[in-house]
Amino acid sequence: MTFEMLLQMFPIALMFAAPIILTALGGLFSERSGIVNIALEGIMMVGAFTGATVTVLLEESTPAAAWYGLLAGLAAGLVFSILHAVASINLKADQVISGTALNILAGGLTVYLCQIIFHQQRTRAFSNGIQKMTVPLLSRIPVLGRMLFIENYPTIYIAVAAVLLTWFVVYKTPLGLRMRACGEHPQAAASMGINVYRMRYFGVLVSGALGGLGGAVMVLTADIQYTLVSIHGTGFISLASLVFGKWNPFGVLGAGLFFGFSTALSFYAKDIPLLASLPGEFFYILPYLLTIVALVAFAGKSVGPKAAGEIYDSGKR
Amino acid sequence: MSYIVEMLHITKDFPGIRANDDITLQIEERSIHALLGENGAGKSTLMSILFGLYQPDGGTIRVRGREVKISDPNVATSLGIGMVHQHFKLVHNFTVTENIVLGMEPRKGPIIDIREAEKRVEEISKLYGLAVDPRARIEDISVGMQQRVEILKMLYRNAEILIFDEPTAVLTPQEIHELMQIMRKLVTEGKTILLITHKLKEIKEVADVCTVLRRGKLIGTVPVSETSEARMAEMMVGRQVSFHVEKSPARPGATLLRIEHLNVKTAKGVLGVRDLSLEVRAGEVLGLCGIEGNGQTELVQAITGLTRPESGRILLRDRDITHLSIKERTDAGIGHIPEDRQKHGLVLDFTLGENFIIHNYYEPPFARYGILNRKKIQENAERLIREFDVRSGQGALTAARSMSGGNQQKAIVAREIDRSPDVFIVAQPTRGLDVGAIEYIHKRIIEERDKGKAILLVSLELDEIMDVSDRIAVIYNGSIVAIVDAASTDENQLGLMMSGAYRPATAAAAQE
Repeated sequence: MTFEMLLQMFPIALMFAAPIILTALGGLFSERSGIVNIALEGIMMVGAFTGATVTVLLEESTPAAAWYGLLAGLAAGLVFSILHAVASINLKADQVISGTALNILAGGLTVYLCQIIFHQQRTRAFSNGIQKMTVPLLSRIPVLGRMLFIENYPTIYIAVAAVLLTWFVVYKTPLGLRMRACGEHPQAAASMGINVYRMRYFGVLVSGALGGLGGAVMVLTADIQYTLVSIHGTGFISLASLVFGKWNPFGVLGAGLFFGFSTALSFYAKDIPLLASLPGEFFYILPYLLTIVALVAFAGKSVGPKAAGEIYDSGKR
Repeated sequence: MSYIVEMLHITKDFPGIRANDDITLQIEERSIHALLGENGAGKSTLMSILFGLYQPDGGTIRVRGREVKISDPNVATSLGIGMVHQHFKLVHNFTVTENIVLGMEPRKGPIIDIREAEKRVEEISKLYGLAVDPRARIEDISVGMQQRVEILKMLYRNAEILIFDEPTAVLTPQEIHELMQIMRKLVTEGKTILLITHKLKEIKEVADVCTVLRRGKLIGTVPVSETSEARMAEMMVGRQVSFHVEKSPARPGATLLRIEHLNVKTAKGVLGVRDLSLEVRAGEVLGLCGIEGNGQTELVQAITGLTRPESGRILLRDRDITHLSIKERTDAGIGHIPEDRQKHGLVLDFTLGENFIIHNYYEPPFARYGILNRKKIQENAERLIREFDVRSGQGALTAARSMSGGNQQKAIVAREIDRSPDVFIVAQPTRGLDVGAIEYIHKRIIEERDKGKAILLVSLELDEIMDVSDRIAVIYNGSIVAIVDAASTDENQLGLMMSGAYRPATAAAAQE
């Protein structure tokens, strides 16, 4: 593999990394507040569907349609995640069951809505998604400029900004301290006058918003329309990134980049002499294979929030 | 003297039971007021009402003369009432300071001002003589320190009335002593303390006034200095109680349980038991005492088969059982009263009757040709319920889950003692039980001893260890640091050895 090829891989790797990072950060908020959110996959699907639909519908009237699409995806994810919040916080449902239900629902719901709006099982193709951009000045930095600032999707900058913002909120503000306390020991938080239900709602809704945004980012950068397989497991890869990144925003950034590159590798493998002899399908399974390997290797040792997945009942002592 | 807190004619009903029945409690400012009662006497309910966790069905509460309605813990906090919970409510991977300021963080703009917070924690801890490192993580500090953090949480919120719920249950004698000093210091600084306990010795040592509850009713309020321990115990239980375990000198026989150079890892993967050797002989009770987390759990689990040791041997009557399954060990003659009664002692969703036959459900008379004999199971359950005074709503058909903790414990004790195993591993047998039940269980353990069984008693209660044991082994950091004669030791000596500070030459020699 030449250095030139590596440089070429960057835009594609970053394109795939952005939605993973955003969605995994969503998972971080949810799990830090104590709610396991395996519905990220479904949330991404809803976000992706909404993002694509809004873009298609607004395309003729505004050049910024794709950006409205991102916002719409964020909003749709947030609204969709309310289902998970109500089920797992108020109704005290098993969080994994509730998440699975949402994942199944998302597939049916989005295809159903496609049928109503577009009379087919997918959205119409949009002519322009989010456009690649070159950052002035920064792009002139040797090598680094080429990697990060020339012809890249701006979504990666949004993702990195989200990482910094998440770190700040989670580790520096009272809100973050309280949210983490709810994920570690909700009874302790409650005894200090913190409303555990409200903190957990916050965590789940933020995860919905970020997951929805992640889904919209994915469809509007890597695809031309929303179909049932647009997300194809990226929500679960995000979840793996969260574990792999040890529930830390910077860890999530690293894990997201790792999965982004492993996806990009599948596009370039045929040009790498050593790998070219392997069948192309092999590289399509690579991200998923790495997900399993990462989860198996880290599952035992990872230190997630202690009370994540635990049903909290204020009446119980 | 004025009353800072008055709870007048408080009544609280739970489904099927009146937990508090017309209870009046008046607390003087700057005093230590003890609340004494058996399990289920209504102490915790009463304090939960004062702290706003429950609403009373009748009666009024006055704080500083003004009638108040305490609808939730936040109201209690704003009235200056704080509670040190029995099970600490601390976030294990937060620092001391983070735990203390949680919910009331000093800020600099949108950011938590952690410097300022640490400074305030340091100031308060100096004022009340509660030395803690504000930057330490909770998981790295001792249980005694963690309790100080709990106290500091209340003081940081300017609590004037501090409720301590069974504060000494998890402490070593030295830590208990320090806590008593802290309590006195708090009172001289103007605080008022409400101490919930069933330990008479502590009341005698530190409290000014004692209110006794029994089965939800107020029995009386007495000045501690003028009331004997025996009298308070009688008020609590409703009959005379013998504190001393009646027993004749042990007549130890052959060694039944022998442990050789045992190493066991904890759940975290570090060595919890290190090169431990121990012998328990027929006809004796060997007490194992130590501070919680010094390897007791791992040792018991290795003997009973719940975990596999890394190395070393466990011998039962000279037969190597180190690699036998739990069932094979049980059949070989090991009995076990587990520390965690809900996890290892009972199947909570089975009935009491089914739990009683959990070891021998497949044998006659409980089963024949693979079919359970309900009638025999019922008879067996009724016998044990009667004999051990296990209280349950629907007798043998009661779901174990629905029983109180004390009665769950009695059920396990009944089942295990009834089997009369050769080697009896007894872990925390009386945790959470009241004086009457403790008295009975101790008597039955001694009876087993006199039948020639070998008993290993693991307990965090020093009184229990000293009363019931014939010999006492002290465990510290996974190893036995001393073995002493129960008759020739005292609480202070044991306490020092438990903390690893003191190692008598004679004991070291006895271990060789």
